[in-house]
Amino acid sequence: MSSGNGTPRDDLKIIGRPRRRVDGRAKVTGQTLFADDLVLPRMLHCKLLRSSLPHARILQIDVSRALAHPGVHLVLTGGDFPIPYGILPVSEDETALCTDVVRFVGDPVAAVVARDEFTAAEAVDLIEVEYETLLTIATPEEALATPEPRIHEHSEKGNIHKLVSLSFGDVDQALKDSYRVFDDTFFYQGNTHLAIEQHATLAAIDPDGKLTVWSSTQTPHYLHRALAKVLETPAAHIRVIACPNGGGFGGKSDPFNHEIVVAGAARILDRPVKICLTREEVFYCHRGRHPVQMSFRTGVDREGNITGMHVRTFLDGGAYGSYGVASTFYTGALQTVTYHVPRYRFQGCRVFTNKPPCGPKRGHGTPQPRFGQEVQLDKIAEALDQDPADLRLRIVEKPDTITANYMTVSTIGLAECIRRVVKRSDWRRKFRQLPEGHGLGLACSSYLSGAGLPIYWNRMPHTGVQLKLDRSGGVTVFCGAIEIGQGSDDVLVACVAEVLGIQPFDIRAVTGDTDLTPVDLGSYSSRVTLMMGNAAIQAAERAREILASAVAAHLKVPRSRLVFADNTVLDSADPDTSVSFQEAVCLAEAASGTVGTVGSYTPPRSAARYKGGGVGPTPTYSYTASVVEVRVDPETGWIDVPRVWIAHDIGRALNPTLVRGQVEGDVYMAVGEALMEEQTFRRLPSRLSPALVHKFPSMLEYKSPTSHDMPEVITDLVEDPDPAGPFGAKEVGQGPLLPVMPAVANAVYDAVGVRVDEIPITPEKILKGLELKRAGRSPRVGPGPFPDIDWPEPLEVPPPWEGGDGKAETPKDVPR
Amino acid sequence: MKNAHMTLTINGEETEVSFAPYKTLLEVLREDLRLTGTKHGCELGECGACAVLLDGKPVLSCLVLGLECDGREVLTVEGLAEDGRLHPLQETFADMGAAQCGYCTPAILVTARELLDRIPNPSREQVREALSGILCRCTGYHQIFEAVEAAMTCTPLPAAGRARDEPLETEA
Repeated sequence: MSSGNGTPRDDLKIIGRPRRRVDGRAKVTGQTLFADDLVLPRMLHCKLLRSSLPHARILQIDVSRALAHPGVHLVLTGGDFPIPYGILPVSEDETALCTDVVRFVGDPVAAVVARDEFTAAEAVDLIEVEYETLLTIATPEEALATPEPRIHEHSEKGNIHKLVSLSFGDVDQALKDSYRVFDDTFFYQGNTHLAIEQHATLAAIDPDGKLTVWSSTQTPHYLHRALAKVLETPAAHIRVIACPNGGGFGGKSDPFNHEIVVAGAARILDRPVKICLTREEVFYCHRGRHPVQMSFRTGVDREGNITGMHVRTFLDGGAYGSYGVASTFYTGALQTVTYHVPRYRFQGCRVFTNKPPCGPKRGHGTPQPRFGQEVQLDKIAEALDQDPADLRLRIVEKPDTITANYMTVSTIGLAECIRRVVKRSDWRRKFRQLPEGHGLGLACSSYLSGAGLPIYWNRMPHTGVQLKLDRSGGVTVFCGAIEIGQGSDDVLVACVAEVLGIQPFDIRAVTGDTDLTPVDLGSYSSRVTLMMGNAAIQAAERAREILASAVAAHLKVPRSRLVFADNTVLDSADPDTSVSFQEAVCLAEAASGTVGTVGSYTPPRSAARYKGGGVGPTPTYSYTASVVEVRVDPETGWIDVPRVWIAHDIGRALNPTLVRGQVEGDVYMAVGEALMEEQTFRRLPSRLSPALVHKFPSMLEYKSPTSHDMPEVITDLVEDPDPAGPFGAKEVGQGPLLPVMPAVANAVYDAVGVRVDEIPITPEKILKGLELKRAGRSPRVGPGPFPDIDWPEPLEVPPPWEGGDGKAETPKDVPR
Repeated sequence: MKNAHMTLTINGEETEVSFAPYKTLLEVLREDLRLTGTKHGCELGECGACAVLLDGKPVLSCLVLGLECDGREVLTVEGLAEDGRLHPLQETFADMGAAQCGYCTPAILVTARELLDRIPNPSREQVREALSGILCRCTGYHQIFEAVEAAMTCTPLPAAGRARDEPLETEA
């Protein structure tokens, strides 16, 4: 049996208790309106023509036949949207429709707006594009070796988009002085979000002439900014409404071509225009997990304490910037926050290739290095003849620490997480003691509870909440946060209900609407519960103060004695002296006018002051430990995962039902990544086509776990409230995914003695490893040497214990 | 292309509909009858999100032509609640975390209802099997299995204007 185990605090009535989510009824009656469910009178439909070539110059586009097709209202091409955009200000390298060059099969070239989807699709086929093919860069190695033609002019050099080189203390010396140094390379294949809802957008002109865009987006605020820029329209004249997302996982976090195209089309035609992508298009939109090659060079002393670590990562970015610069930094940011690493060097390189762009998927840039780090630790433990759980328990980072790379660790429940999964899984009696083919593996991880910095530089809050209370006793809470299934509306309402002593059902939530709600940066980086929750508490506490003043005057009791609970405001010294919550609002409205409050949240300033130190800091890190059990069939290599034990340091579970769902959903997605999910590409036979296409852009062939593949999950929540979190809560949406992949790899090694140093771990790789083992060779399956990359001189930042202040040293004048 | 006309029973009500003859049942439901509770994730019969009951049996509505449904009975998520009461499955799904984003939920609900109609006391394996054609990317399936099992003993309350914050009353 699976089990969540929140421990409610007596004085909290809503928080910490399992409860139906506020939007539960809508979701089980089919009344939740997703973007493609919206229909407006006179609505037209849009289809995109996507490039059939991976890299080519557009010489000419002839749209005349499409325009003449009956039922077609509009055909748009790149020239209609010349202004570039992109999620990160440092890589605004996209246009709504390609203007001169196509960069991957699937890059949108033209758009047709017609009376229905069928007609639009017919007309798309009538558009003729003349291309001049350019050299295709298919792999990251080709990108390194092929500086020209450049896929983007803004890349650092050739087709290298981004190079990062950061050094925290003298790592070479630390490794030299180590008892042992471990050198390993790993590979983590790319995979995609596969949210069941296909991206959809509807745009329309309001009665007053302004533009409204409804979209399946996790980041309406960033979409709002992109629309204002590309359409050259004041943002105040554009309203973006994020519909509840039918799953996001990071895949709906960029401003997308289709969103901008239908917004532009609606404006030109003065009619509503809708688009819904096909599943194949969703695969090509991608923005998913980067394929990453990694090198881990780690020194340890005799006890297994880490003395120094040098991590190199090489990311296949695909055709556009997307979140790639942040993804690159994330592959090096969090290695230091789980175990103490006194000296650390990180070098990362992201290249452009002619494939769909990679971006953020659940865990954003951190599952790949986490896999490498945790598998290497397993090897270190074995080499030192230590139990991998004991080794980790010894080297776990201390609370209230600033790490070598200036990440601030506040509370850390990792040791307790490890103890719990060890106990629950009967690790001590099973590890290295199960029969051949059966194994257990352990791994740990950490994740952010919200990125410390916004995507574009500004000093404003990351989230805002407004509360409206009126004489009806009803409360409306407004926030820009976006419900993507994680339960953000429920967190918002629960925080307000708890503070005001009312029921969640008494509150209406209005969310994700740039006209009506204060800005929230979006549902990404596991930021919503912590940031929005804190803002909601602040707004609700301010409202409680207003009500308390009026009630205190009315009841003639000191304000400090008033308690808000069970829809009443009562005197704690004399519970019979009370007013109902509704009366309290009436008293406040009479005393001081309309009752409304605001709250907001800005993360604390980071200790990292060096360039690149903006990626990784967070108000507080969550921690997770996992033990995975596998059964491996030595005949077929088939891997079963019957059971996963997972313990997550969540600070406090606000609604344990939802928390458990997030943990199990993380485990689910992790098992898919560990065993089967791959976003891979192939060249077509050159005599037929120069195209580079997705191997299997369909939900049947892109394998993901079904109800039959899901292991039993034994969930433990470690609840040690964190001072930074709302009621002590940390994140849960992403962290519990991270330890599962390396734990699977470590369990496979325990089961059959084969090291698979890459993801996914497939039966073929197991069989290859077993073959090597039988031949008396090293039973290791994984990538070869890390590629040769011309790294820049590292930015030198002395760690805190070596006199550093978080800033980089003045660059040495070293000729290169 | 001339529209097709036909009469079918949708959620217990005889319904006339006129639609382009190439449309699938999914499209007829969503576009011509505005029953958008039924979802789509691929329109190729792969994800299972469009499942409805056709003459009481689960089908993927994206693989059924509208024209095939003349005179037949279709049940969608909108028809699960009866007499102002949610179906027990809807109650337990809402209470027990079985719906996260809610996108595959309508398909899973109608499929689970057919299972419970056919086998009132299914085993966990039977639940897994019945739902194996519908992908859920959010939950990891366990809370769905548990909600299906809890629905066997759940007594629903009137649906409107009610928040259910207390745990479900189910027989032990």
